Amino acid sequence: MTQVTMTVNGRTASGEVEGRTLLSSFLRDHLSLTGTHVGCDTAQCGACMVHVNGEAVKSCNMLAMEANGAEVATIEGQAAPDGTLNTIQQAFQDHHGLQCGFCTPGMVMSAAALLKDNPKPTEAEVRAHLEGNICRCTGYHNIVKAIMAASGQDVGAIAAE
Amino acid sequence: MPKDSGIGASSKRREDVRFLTGEGNYTDDINVHGQAHVYFLRSDIAHGTINSIGTEAAAGMPGVVRIFTGADFEGVGGIPCGWQVTDRNGEPMQEPPHPILAQGKVRHVGDPIAAVVAETLEQARDAAEAIELDIAELPAVVDMKAAAAEGSTKVHDDLTSNICYDWVLGETDEQVVSDTFANAAHVTTLDLVNNRLVANPMEPRVAVGDYSRGTDEHTLYTTSQNPHVIRLLMCAFVLGLPEHKVRVVAPDVGGGFGTKIFHYAEEAFVTFAAKACNRPVKWTASRSEAFMSDAHGRDHVTTIELALDGDNNFIGLRTNTHANMGAYLSTFSSSVPTWLHGTLMAGNYKTPMIQVNVKAMFTNTVPVDAYRGAGRPEATFQLERVIDKAARELGVDPIALRRQNFITEFPYDTPVALTYDTGDYNGTMDKLEAAADIAGFAARKAESEANGKLRGLGVNCYIEACGIAPSNIVGMLGARAGLYDAATVRVNATGSISVMVGAHSHGQGHETAFPQVVAEMIGIDESQVEIVHGDTSKIPFGMGTYGSRSLAVCGSAMVRATEKIINKAKKIAAHLLEASDADIELKDGQFTVAGTDKSVAWGDVTLTAYVPHNFPLEDIEPGLEETAFYDPANFTYPAGAYACEVEVDPETGKVTIERFAAADDFGNIVNPMIVDGQVHGGIGQGIGQALLENCVYDDNGQLLSASYMDYAMPRADDVPFYTVDHSSQTPCTHNPLGVKGCGEAGAIGSPPAVVNAVIDALQSGGKDIGHIDMPVSPSRVWAAMNG
Ligand code: FES
Ligand code: FES
Repeated sequence: MTQVTMTVNGRTASGEVEGRTLLSSFLRDHLSLTGTHVGCDTAQCGACMVHVNGEAVKSCNMLAMEANGAEVATIEGQAAPDGTLNTIQQAFQDHHGLQCGFCTPGMVMSAAALLKDNPKPTEAEVRAHLEGNICRCTGYHNIVKAIMAASGQDVGAIAAE
Repeated sequence: MPKDSGIGASSKRREDVRFLTGEGNYTDDINVHGQAHVYFLRSDIAHGTINSIGTEAAAGMPGVVRIFTGADFEGVGGIPCGWQVTDRNGEPMQEPPHPILAQGKVRHVGDPIAAVVAETLEQARDAAEAIELDIAELPAVVDMKAAAAEGSTKVHDDLTSNICYDWVLGETDEQVVSDTFANAAHVTTLDLVNNRLVANPMEPRVAVGDYSRGTDEHTLYTTSQNPHVIRLLMCAFVLGLPEHKVRVVAPDVGGGFGTKIFHYAEEAFVTFAAKACNRPVKWTASRSEAFMSDAHGRDHVTTIELALDGDNNFIGLRTNTHANMGAYLSTFSSSVPTWLHGTLMAGNYKTPMIQVNVKAMFTNTVPVDAYRGAGRPEATFQLERVIDKAARELGVDPIALRRQNFITEFPYDTPVALTYDTGDYNGTMDKLEAAADIAGFAARKAESEANGKLRGLGVNCYIEACGIAPSNIVGMLGARAGLYDAATVRVNATGSISVMVGAHSHGQGHETAFPQVVAEMIGIDESQVEIVHGDTSKIPFGMGTYGSRSLAVCGSAMVRATEKIINKAKKIAAHLLEASDADIELKDGQFTVAGTDKSVAWGDVTLTAYVPHNFPLEDIEPGLEETAFYDPANFTYPAGAYACEVEVDPETGKVTIERFAAADDFGNIVNPMIVDGQVHGGIGQGIGQALLENCVYDDNGQLLSASYMDYAMPRADDVPFYTVDHSSQTPCTHNPLGVKGCGEAGAIGSPPAVVNAVIDALQSGGKDIGHIDMPVSPSRVWAAMNG
């Protein structure tokens, strides 16, 4: 067992982990931050996506020990302290960018990373960026639309709601 | 003007707030104090005889609580099948036992052999590796036609063969069938495969069993679309527990698509083990485990023949299908290739003679059951593909051929046991032609060709039978359950409302859409109405969510219960207003006496119901709570027309979906935003089936596609924006909302559109290719073009 300490959503968090403990299970099982989801075991689905030192990372693909000392951001820290949704979260609600909600935390974290680097992505750029995030519910239509809307683009002309 | 609340409004989803902030409560988020974890040791071979299971060394490993094998379940029932199909000879289907843990034999890769309960999942997994197995491998039965052959290895020794049933629907007089085909001016024949799929909801299955010795009560938290069905099946058929001592909770569920309808061995196991170990037991599937233990979908091999007269009228249809059941019968497996498939073979067309033949086969593969659409996509795909092929052979426009044969008068009795209540197939096709801009296709095609690409347009129709279903009819057809649903409307003293519903929401937005209905009926704000679902201790009985039934069946129960509430509230209002209840009207949350200015508000009436100081106690009881059970008179029949445009790269065979349009008739619509979302999701899955997804076994029964590395899920860059139109609306005639259901349409309607488009593109490139099986992958397209 090894002691790890990291900053999660602005607060210091520490715990005893095994060498094999994944960051995703440290967040879920040790810190009870269950908004980070686990949808696969081959680092393909992106449901577990968080930010580590500002970079989007699949937390199922990183050991908790590797995040020792890092700044970690999860879905639980995205809304304002009073609960107001951030721009991306609000756009997902406004444009029905989620159904069962299981992929959603990863999608929101992934979208945030995209918009940080590319504030006005094209449709093709959004779709290419989401290569590592699988959604089984939405057919991606409203996810792509929500991310484009969150970037301040007019999505009114995109077919259907 | 679109409405901003009530029926017809695109109200934003209230459930989104918790999902967007990480506050959702999925089953894996639930940890019960003191819980142990279970790891299932699963077979890595497809077929074998278990000689011995050595657990001694494993039992001594760190953290191990107890190891279970099949021997621990000898006195326990097996997983039941919920639908008995009758063979063409009048015999019941062959129904093998389906134990919780393998007894004597393993029959598919993934079949659970032993279960290790330990303090942590890692310890359970480590201990499972120390179990010593002696299993003698047997030849595996994988191919369905080989499984049907005389002398084939049997999946179940006690059955007479691998044929579960041999079933026929429609015309049973062979002479009539052969005469019809003999008299045809043209017959089009097509052999095709409906590829095996894995539903893959993004949340893997999870089950947590809890037990209290003090009260002798069980709680099962599970990823289910229908907690009451799980409780009934598990209590009555597997564990022999009284239902009142068992609570089943399906909290937030991360997608289902059919595969979370069924009662699974792991649910019964954790319930059993929690009592046996006297501590909570949790199981969380890994994705690899999901691939080998979630029921799969589709997997039909079909020959279809369409007979046309000299004027291109459809005069006869005959199909022969082999349907894979896998190694055991999953909960609704037997109904999928029969009553959910054969009955849909009329499609949108007035074909007078139809014969459907289905052989259901046992093989050494994971059980196969309903996956979004369940039987209806298989019916639609073969019918719409053979019509397209016929149009090409006859040199006629595929849309015109369909229109010529459309059913135009309703109600319509099909030759395959259904009565369609309403529809307007020409009107819906008109909507599609506009939405898809079919008139502009030629110009887009010329542009693609200028860029060296082949462009194709594929169009098809679909019909589905939803709102499953009238209990008396499904009972006659072999269902071992009723298929009504229930709702309790509980009005609180201050006028807010909790509605306890039997339907389960796992992405469909019931928590938003259902209140829109109740709020509209009473004339109060939607925020005053809350939906409670997914917990057998909180809701009346309910059959759950599948078959696009939630609003049509459970929503109808909710309407009936709300009507009872309104009737009682009117009596209270009449008393308060000193008027006759016949004269009371309810509008915008105000009760008024017709023709007067006397009124009393909803909140005053509800308060009076709970503080009955001035109350007609001699006529009615205090309180305001009503329950209704609703059993529909018929299925509902959503129908539509879809169009897909693809570009094919002749160099590589890669297919790109350029445009996709859907025109659906769902009857009345409560929340258009949610309905569009359901269609988008269904189309995404249908494109996945058509282009990407394939569950593959090798000849030894090894599952080759058992992770997202090998099973191609559709990603965002595999699909376009979709154009969705549901302004063609013929309301259902037999439910109070006039709704038909929208959950499966996209997955049913889209695969043939994609394949029709690919064939069109290849034909336009001068290749006389009749068919390519799904998934239409670059290698298959390239091989067809260069073959
Ligand atoms: S859980 Fe991390 S990518 Fe799937
Ligand atoms: S919303 Fe269900 S997986 Fe994306």
